[in-house]
Amino acid sequence: MSARARVRPALPATLVLGLLLLAVNLALALAPGLIAPYDPNAFDYNALGQAPSLAHPFGTDNFGRDVLSRVIHAYTVDMQIAVFATIGPFLAGTLIGALVGYAGGLAETVLGRIVDAVITFPFLVLVIAIVAVLGPGLSNMYIAVGIVDWVFYARLIAAEMKVQQRLDYADAGRAMGYSPARIIFRHLLPNAITPALVYWMTDMALAILLGSSLGYLGLGAQPPTPEWGVQIADGKNFMTTAWWMSVFPGIAIVLTGLGFSLTGDGLAELLRVKK
Amino acid sequence: MTGPLLSVRGVRKVFPLPQPLWRGLRGLPPPVVHALNGVSLEVARGETLGIVGESGCGKSTLARCLVRLWDVDDGQILFEGQDIGGLKGPARRAFNRRVQMIFQDPYSSLNPRMRVRQILAEALSVHRMRPAAEIPPRIAELLDLVRLPADAADRFPHEFSGGQRQRIGIARALAVEPEVLVADELVSALDVSVQAQVVNLLLHLQERLNLTVVFVAHDLRLVRHISHRVAVMYLGRVVELAPTEVLFSAPAHPYTRALLSAAPELDPARRTSRAATRGELPSPLDLPKGCLFATRCPLAFDRCHAERPEPTPRGPGHLAACHLPELPAQSQDRP
Repeated sequence: MSARARVRPALPATLVLGLLLLAVNLALALAPGLIAPYDPNAFDYNALGQAPSLAHPFGTDNFGRDVLSRVIHAYTVDMQIAVFATIGPFLAGTLIGALVGYAGGLAETVLGRIVDAVITFPFLVLVIAIVAVLGPGLSNMYIAVGIVDWVFYARLIAAEMKVQQRLDYADAGRAMGYSPARIIFRHLLPNAITPALVYWMTDMALAILLGSSLGYLGLGAQPPTPEWGVQIADGKNFMTTAWWMSVFPGIAIVLTGLGFSLTGDGLAELLRVKK
Repeated sequence: MTGPLLSVRGVRKVFPLPQPLWRGLRGLPPPVVHALNGVSLEVARGETLGIVGESGCGKSTLARCLVRLWDVDDGQILFEGQDIGGLKGPARRAFNRRVQMIFQDPYSSLNPRMRVRQILAEALSVHRMRPAAEIPPRIAELLDLVRLPADAADRFPHEFSGGQRQRIGIARALAVEPEVLVADELVSALDVSVQAQVVNLLLHLQERLNLTVVFVAHDLRLVRHISHRVAVMYLGRVVELAPTEVLFSAPAHPYTRALLSAAPELDPARRTSRAATRGELPSPLDLPKGCLFATRCPLAFDRCHAERPEPTPRGPGHLAACHLPELPAQSQDRP
């Protein structure tokens, strides 16, 4: 086993930092009640719109709710959005992309046209249109993102599969008489999946921004659920008098996005094939 | 053993090119590259057949057709008398096991995400060569066979040099205990100093395992060193096929002679003047009607441009596709 120890490279710093940030996020998302000092939905009419203080480190909003507690409880919703909105597109897009990239020909042409059709529309507009049809709410948002988002993964994977399957190791597998399934999933996909994995990390950050945008527009999480986008929207009327209502949820979004981005960068570094 | 092990009969292979839309709309057929134009040859059990020719002559295409990575467009390839084009399911897998290929590029022919152990174990288990318990000792045996250290099993391909990777490729092919090895430019990507090691390993293995080898290369000295017989290809056709010593001492085709005289010769006494070729290689998109070599042949006459010569016997086991019954004596003068 010494041989294994010798080849194991040090983890990239970006990956360590990104995973640390995400670990904090996950802890907050799983057990917000343990950390948040107040009930996120409890009104306190004696503390309306208070500035940050020792009792309320992030201040209170226009209903007297503790902003820190609401930001912490929003982790549950927003991390859920990050994962649930993207895992379906990641899995479906990867599978479709792998099969299409391997098959080529007509399947590839059809996928290409679907991709063209989808990217012709701005992503947000398309999702908003679908949510508007399905009705507001998180589940419908997941469905809307799922309908659109898989094409980006499929396109990435299909292109990479095309490159990989021209390499001799793919032909070596064929000459060995390996089944197409074995060649696709055991040989080509592990070599083709890195860009999609990295994009997935970015996509989770984008999903949180999208969730926040939809929350802001009233199409995503519904009040009084604590959600960063909703909080920022609620705070916008008080920007000049109570900046803390919007700024702290904004910082949470930035830090979460940073965690995903760093993790994605680190993964790319870690999974890069050495020459 | 009667009859050849592998028999190639009039094989053609074309590759269609992407077609501009206006051609398709006018109902024109897509332009095609003629990679193989009626190749016929036979490989006997236990022999090494060298296939030489300049780049683009179709030798790699032929190698890939031999292991059925590609299907032929016309003609047949027979393995033990059976057309490999019709093999399906278990019969095809059995053929794949018995006829293995070693690839040219040692850097792309191994999956970079699999350890050597996984690469070999996969071949062993898919073809059920050994029960699971005997796979690790067999992997050690295979590594020893290709002269790699036992600890190579736990490493990734990127940790090896080109020559070592080529040996991993050989070990992978040998894992399924094939009868035929098709080596496509086995060492052309390697440093000269490493080439000899790998070639000698192949020779040693061939003797020890009684392998039949099809050795595709452009290096004439290498082919001469290891082949029993040599086929010379030009633009997708075999122009000459002969026992190695006959081919090198008395070539019967002007192209073979030109090829031989283009190879560097260390011994000044054996140097001859270059048999000149002139002109350009015809485009494989638009082949001439007559002899494919006629456009460059110093000896071409009218018939060569009108009629394509078929291979005719020139001696025991010696075929050449040329209208000239014999070549004029070559000048020994140094230029």
